[in-house]
Amino acid sequence: MILSALAFYGFSTVAIAAGVMVISARNPVHSVLFLILAFFNAAGLFVLMGAEFLAFILVIVYVGAVAVLFMFVVMMLDINVVEMRQGFLQYLPIGGLIGTVLLLELIFVVTSWAVAPESGGLLAAKAPALTEAHNTEALGRLLYTKYIYLFQGAGMVLLLAMVGAIVLTLRGRPGVRRQRIGHQVRLRRDDVVEIKDVPTGTGI
Amino acid sequence: MLEITLGHYLTVAAILFTLGVFGIFLNRKNVIIILMSIELMLLAVNINLVAFSAHLGDLVGQVFAMFVLTVAAAESAIGLAILVVYFRNRGSIAVEDINRLRG
Repeated sequence: MILSALAFYGFSTVAIAAGVMVISARNPVHSVLFLILAFFNAAGLFVLMGAEFLAFILVIVYVGAVAVLFMFVVMMLDINVVEMRQGFLQYLPIGGLIGTVLLLELIFVVTSWAVAPESGGLLAAKAPALTEAHNTEALGRLLYTKYIYLFQGAGMVLLLAMVGAIVLTLRGRPGVRRQRIGHQVRLRRDDVVEIKDVPTGTGI
Repeated sequence: MLEITLGHYLTVAAILFTLGVFGIFLNRKNVIIILMSIELMLLAVNINLVAFSAHLGDLVGQVFAMFVLTVAAAESAIGLAILVVYFRNRGSIAVEDINRLRG
């Protein structure tokens, strides 16, 4: 019990500290690295809650793909870091006000609710006991049966995002010589070779 | 204090969500940080969903968290692609310049 409490406080403290550093770091590269740290600690929290599959998905998808994508973009764009920081303090009062109000509201909500006792029968998909099926297996059983259409829809969303990103960023640069395989295959001998009968001593 | 309940997880998620909102207001010039703040907010939402899922013993929360992850990945890919195109055209990523939508 005390071990899991210690783990919870450790993970959540580091996650919140990393979140603070994400929004306040001077260099965007550092922000991305702190974002990765926050994701790792959130994955730890997921493991504590017993959602191992989502923890692994978080590490693989977020740290392995999304954060690396952010890193690529941050390093590819030549950004003036100093210029970016201008106006940082200008928005601090209004941002701080809205943030404080939102946090207070959320804390009020979090501290003043209770689960209705008769709500136990309303579960859409009861989690099976750990001896029966572990988290990944139970999630898979649910996802591939009851939510299969939504699962396919999520796949379509990802496909759409991939096509969209490629269409947006692909550009045909003028003045670049590329290999056009169709053109090469289509060529006939007569198109490229011409036989000249050269008489001696006159040239073509 | 040592008994970790649902409220603890909800508090962490609330703080992370507020940090995300705060980051959007604070970094008005840097779109990349704004995108990262959105990721932070989605992470907080996921923590919320998983916490309730674990507390109530209902797996649907985790399924929904997975869909949130999917949409977040798609959103960041499209957002970063738009950012790259914008930087190619304008040479800056300041949000305040993005006030006209003509090519």
